[in-house]
Amino acid sequence: MTVVTDLAPATETEVAAILSECHARRRPVRILGGGTRVENRTLGEPLSLSRLSGVVTYSPGEMTLIARPGTPLPQILAMLAAENQTLAFEPPDMRAILGRSGTPTLGGMVAANAGGPRRILAGACRDHLLGVRFVDGQGRILKNGGRVMKNVTGLDLSKLLAGSHGTLGVLTEVALKTLPLSPARTTLAFPGVDDTTALRIFTAALSTPYDVSGAAHVGGTAYLRIEGLDGQRAYRRDRLLALLAEYRPEVVDDAPWDAIRDVTHFVGGGPLWRILCRPTDAPGLCAGLRAMGGDCSLDWGGGLIWYRGPGHPRALAPHATLIRRADAVGPAFPPLPGAVARIQDGLRRSFDPAGILNPGLMASDATGA
Amino acid sequence: MTIAMPAPDAQVIAQRPQIVAALRAVLPADAVIDDPHETRAYECDALTAYRCPPLAVVLPRTTAEVAAAMRVSHGLGVPVVPRGAGTSLAGGALPTADCVILGTMRLNAFLDIDLANRYVRVQSGVTNLSVSAELEPLGFFYAPDPSSQLACTIAGNIAMNSGGAHCLKYGVTTNNLLGATVVLTTGEIIELGGPEPGPAGLDLLGVLCGSEGQLGVVTEATLRILPRPEGARPVLIGFDSPEVAGECVANIIRSGVLPVAIEYMDEPCLRAVESFAKAGYPDCPAVLIVEVEGSKAEIDDQIARIRAIADALNPVEFRESRNADESLAIWKGRKSAFGAMGRLGDYICLDGTVPVGQLPHTLRRIGELSRQHGLEVANVFHAGDGNMHPLILFDANTPGDLARAEAFGADILRLCVEVGGCLTGEHGVGVEKRDLMGDQYDPDDLAIQMQVKDVFDPGWLLNPAKVFPLEASAAHRAHTAPLAAAE
Ligand SMILES: Cc1cc2nc3c(=O)[nH]c(=O)nc-3n(C[C@H](O)[C@H](O)[C@H](O)COP(=O)(O)OP(=O)(O)OC[C@H]3O[C@@H](n4cnc5c(N)ncnc54)[C@H](O)[C@@H]3O)c2cc1C
Repeated sequence: MTVVTDLAPATETEVAAILSECHARRRPVRILGGGTRVENRTLGEPLSLSRLSGVVTYSPGEMTLIARPGTPLPQILAMLAAENQTLAFEPPDMRAILGRSGTPTLGGMVAANAGGPRRILAGACRDHLLGVRFVDGQGRILKNGGRVMKNVTGLDLSKLLAGSHGTLGVLTEVALKTLPLSPARTTLAFPGVDDTTALRIFTAALSTPYDVSGAAHVGGTAYLRIEGLDGQRAYRRDRLLALLAEYRPEVVDDAPWDAIRDVTHFVGGGPLWRILCRPTDAPGLCAGLRAMGGDCSLDWGGGLIWYRGPGHPRALAPHATLIRRADAVGPAFPPLPGAVARIQDGLRRSFDPAGILNPGLMASDATGA
Repeated sequence: MTIAMPAPDAQVIAQRPQIVAALRAVLPADAVIDDPHETRAYECDALTAYRCPPLAVVLPRTTAEVAAAMRVSHGLGVPVVPRGAGTSLAGGALPTADCVILGTMRLNAFLDIDLANRYVRVQSGVTNLSVSAELEPLGFFYAPDPSSQLACTIAGNIAMNSGGAHCLKYGVTTNNLLGATVVLTTGEIIELGGPEPGPAGLDLLGVLCGSEGQLGVVTEATLRILPRPEGARPVLIGFDSPEVAGECVANIIRSGVLPVAIEYMDEPCLRAVESFAKAGYPDCPAVLIVEVEGSKAEIDDQIARIRAIADALNPVEFRESRNADESLAIWKGRKSAFGAMGRLGDYICLDGTVPVGQLPHTLRRIGELSRQHGLEVANVFHAGDGNMHPLILFDANTPGDLARAEAFGADILRLCVEVGGCLTGEHGVGVEKRDLMGDQYDPDDLAIQMQVKDVFDPGWLLNPAKVFPLEASAAHRAHTAPLAAAE
C-alpha cells in the first residue's frame, strides 16, 4: 500500500524546502517511511519519504552502507546478503503486529532504533549508526558523524536521532556499519519451562564466552541461538548442551527466530506493550503482568518483555511503551523524570522550534501519544 | 603556542578568595585546593605543550559533593573544567586561569557488581584497568581498553568515548555504557539510562558519551561487562608494501572472520620499535598484528582462514604465536611503540579516521606531506577500523618546530576528512582540533551541536574553549545568550 500524500520529496533539497515552508507557516507534518511503525496518532500532513530512496554507497570491504531513508529494508538486506553481510542488530518487521501493509524502510528503522534478538550480542541500531544527514524543523540541512567506524568529532547527534521517531528531524541519508552474516545458526530449545527457569538458562548461557546471539522465551519454550563459523557453532553447541543439561535442551534446526524478532505470537488481540527491564527482574514482572490478565514473552535474555493484554503495565514496570494501542488509553511513551523531560523538551525545541515534526509523538507529558 | 585560549574573566579572578571560601563552606577541608604550588599539578593534561594553572581545584568524593561544588560555581558564574586522570591527548582537560578544576580521582568506589545482569556500577573516577582487574577473578571483563588504561578513568573514557585495540569486535565506550549519573551545571542530579537495555525517551546518554565535559559532570556509571574469552592468539604478518597490507585488511574483513584487533605499523615505526624493544619484527615496510579469540579449535580455524588470505598476497612473513610467550613477543613491539617513538624525540600523536579502503592512499599522501614539511612521521594504528595514529616527530627546543609539526598535523587531519574520514577517532577534539572543526562541519552542523550544549549548559560554564572554534562559539553565544536571558 502506498500512502497518498502531496508531500513526497525526492531529494534532500526538496525536504528542506518543504520543512522551511512548514516551519514558517507552523504547519505540522507526520513523517512516513513505509508507514509501518508506531501508532499513527500524531497530527499533521503526511510527509512521505518513499521517493527519497536508494543506496548511495555500499563497500563490503569497509563494512559500510550509506543509503537514503525511503529505501526498502528487504532490498537492503538482500543486497547485503549477496556479500555475506547483514545489519547485525537484526531489524524487526513490525507489520504483522501493527496490522499494517507498508514496506519497512531504512529511515523508519533508524528513527525507531529498532533491533531484534541479536541486541544482546550486537547492540541496537544506534550502535551501528555511523552518521546521518537530516533536515531539522526549520529546514536546515544538517549532518553528524560520518561513514567511518570510529569517530568522536564533536557531539554525537546520530545517537539522538536514532530512536527519536522523527521528532528531531527528517533523516535524508544514513550510514550504517555492516557485519559478516553468520553462515548458519543452531538453536537450543528448552520446552516447557516457566519464566524463572528461562531466566536461569539465559543467565547461565550469557555468562559464557560462546557469543549467544539470541535468548528468548515464547509460548513456554526458551530458546538460545548460536552463530559463527561451522566449527565454532558445533563447539559452542556442545559446551552449552553440557552446561545446561539439567534443563533438557533439544537441538532444533527450524527455530522461529524471525517470528520471535517480529513478535508474531502476539499478532492481533488487544494492546501490546514493550517493556525494558533488568533481566533478573523479568520473572517477577511477568508474574505481575500475567495476573493483570494478559500474556508475556521474553527476549534479550530477559531484558525485553512483550506484554499483550489489558491493564496498565506501567504500574509494575515504568519503562513500558505502548506499541499497539487497540483500546488502551494514556500516553504511548513512558513518562520521564522532571529534569530529563526538561532536557528532552529543550532539545526538541532546538531541533524543531515551531513543533511541526510529528507533534504529539514521544511527548514526555501525560497528554501526548 | 598556536592554539589561542580566550582571555580569562577578570571579574572571576578578582573574586578568587570568595569563590574558594564558598567552595570550602560546602566541601570537606581537604577537597578544595587553592595553593598555587598545588594547583600547578593540574595545569595540563597529556597535551603538555599547553599549560595554565587553574583558579582552584576541587576533589569531591561523592555525587552530592560534586553537586554542591557545581551549585557554588554556577551561583558565582565560575567556569568548571572536569578532569579525570589528565591523560587526554587533545587538551580536553586543559584549565583556564578563571576556572575551577573538578577532579574525579577520589570518586573511586565500586558500587555494585551484578554478574547475573552483566553490569557493574562504579564511581566515575575509577581507572579503566581497575574495572577489568576487579572482574578478572569473576571471569568477566570491561571491553574498551585504551592503551592508557592503567591511568585513565571511566569519567575520561565516557567524556571522550574512548576506544582501544579490541574495539573492532567489542565497540568503543558508547557501545558498552548502560547508564550514568550526571550533575548538571546547576547542581541538579540526573540519571540517564540504567541497567535496562535502552532509554525511555531520547538517547541522552548517547549524546553525553563523547561530549568532552561539555554537557554535565559524570559521577557514576553503569558499564556492560562481558564473559572473558577462552583464549586469544595474535599473528604477525609482514608485507613489502603498505598497499598490500591495506588490501589484506580489507580482505580479512570481507571474509567473515571478525578478529578482535587488526593493528598496523609502518617502516619508521618498526625501525624505532626494533632499536628500543628488540621485538624481533621482520624488516619490511608494513606489519599487521591480527588477534583472534575463542577456544583453541576456534582460534586454529580463524587463523587458517587469515593465513589463506595473507598467503594469496605474498607476505614477507607470517608468524603465528604458538604459546603465551610468543604472543607477548608479537604484542611487545606494538605496545611499546609510543614509548619507542618518545625516545626519538618529541612527537604529536594524531588520531584521524579514514575509510579502510583509503588507507593505502592516505599513507602515501602522508609520506608526501612528510617530505613537504620536512618532518618525520611514523604510523601505528588500528587498521581494522581505519583509526590512524600518525606520530609527527619534532624538537620542542627548536623554535618554530612545534608550529611546523602542528601545521603538518592539520594537513594530515584535513586529508582524513577529504578522503571521507574524520578529525578524531578516539582522542577527542579538545583544544587541539577545535579550530579544524570547520573543515569537517558546516556552520549549521556546528550550530546544532552548540544548541544541544545550550540546553544542557545554558551559561556555557562547563569546559570552556574546547570542541567548538572560538569565533563560532562567540558568534553563537552573542546571538543566543540574550535570548536565553530574556526567557
Ligand atoms: C599514552 C597514551 C595512550 C592513549 N591511548 C588511547 C587509546 O588507545 N584509546 C583512546 O581512546 N584514548 C587513548 N588515550 C587518550 C586518553 O587516555 C583518553 O582520552 C582517556 O579517556 C582520558 O581519560 P582521563 O581520565 O585521563 O581524562 P582527562 O584527560 O582527565 O579528561 C578527558 C576529558 O574528559 C572530561 N572529563 C573528565 N572527567 C569528567 C567527568 N567526570 N564528567 C564529564 N567530563 C569529564 C575532561 O574535561 C576532558 O575533556 C591515550 C593517552 C595517552 C597519554
